[in-house]
Amino acid sequence: MLLIECPYCGPRDETEYHYGGEAHVPYPEDPFELSDREWAEYLFYRNNPKGLLKERWVHTVGCRRWFNVVRDTASYEITAVYRMGENAPQPGGQ
Amino acid sequence: MAETPTTDLTALRRSPLESLAEAMREGSVTGPRAVALREIPFLAMAGIRVTPGTDAARALCDVVGLELPERVGRVTGSPEATALLWQGPDEYLLVAPDETEVPAGLHERELEPGALPSLSTHPLVARLSSALAASGERGQVVDLSANRTTLELTGPAAREVLEKGCPLDLHPREFAVGEAVSTTLGPVQVLLWRTGEERWRVMPRASFARYTALWLLDAMLEFASPAVA
Ligand SMILES: [Zn+2]
Repeated sequence: MLLIECPYCGPRDETEYHYGGEAHVPYPEDPFELSDREWAEYLFYRNNPKGLLKERWVHTVGCRRWFNVVRDTASYEITAVYRMGENAPQPGGQ
Repeated sequence: MAETPTTDLTALRRSPLESLAEAMREGSVTGPRAVALREIPFLAMAGIRVTPGTDAARALCDVVGLELPERVGRVTGSPEATALLWQGPDEYLLVAPDETEVPAGLHERELEPGALPSLSTHPLVARLSSALAASGERGQVVDLSANRTTLELTGPAAREVLEKGCPLDLHPREFAVGEAVSTTLGPVQVLLWRTGEERWRVMPRASFARYTALWLLDAMLEFASPAVA
């Protein structure tokens, strides 16, 4: 069970949240300009690192807000939590 | 013979847990590990979305006569009268006593989009809608009275009953009297509001109310017997 720190509510059990996939995937400026292959890549292709991944979570049963998490996909350690619209903290910086 | 239309619709209401009132009375436990369960039906509730610090927020606060709660867990007002519960950084839940007043023109104009600031039959909610509309700012006031019902769990064993199925730390050092949060009880999303040292309100959505009440009755059962050392 992960203990995830909601930026608005504080630490809550993982069961209070839903996962929203990789963060910072920009919506195409003009989707009609994309080829089918580019559109499919936007919809379905994501980085799959072993290590730190920036991802989106939503506090479903609490404040219902979306926010970003930096999580190590191998150790599950969460190294940062930041709000939508904020920049990801630099590793070691904070 | 002409049929007289019913004008007092409150006489037709059925609360989600009406059929379990008897079971909740019988399931309540007395003795040193007492815990009691009952429904507080028909509390008025309204969902409010407004950005704190704006004119709209001030206009709504003036109508309710309360400040907006500032962060998670916080509640302004009181459970016996009117209260505002923090739900999110720009989202609040108004909880108020049951009251019905059909706004003038509702029957003639309810289908006309935007003709009335609110279709709510609760006078305070209708006044909030009018104040928000008059402020001209973005926001939302929605009558959610039928969304959730309210269960009240009381007694020295109440916290132990809740601890069987709530992931939060309910100890008073973490969860003070007067605080309210959104969380889960068993698998059900509820608002949990500590209204006294040994008094809790559990507010599930209406369609989950029966399950939640039966879950609580089952969890209360063991407290009728002495604790096993
Ligand atoms: Zn939250």
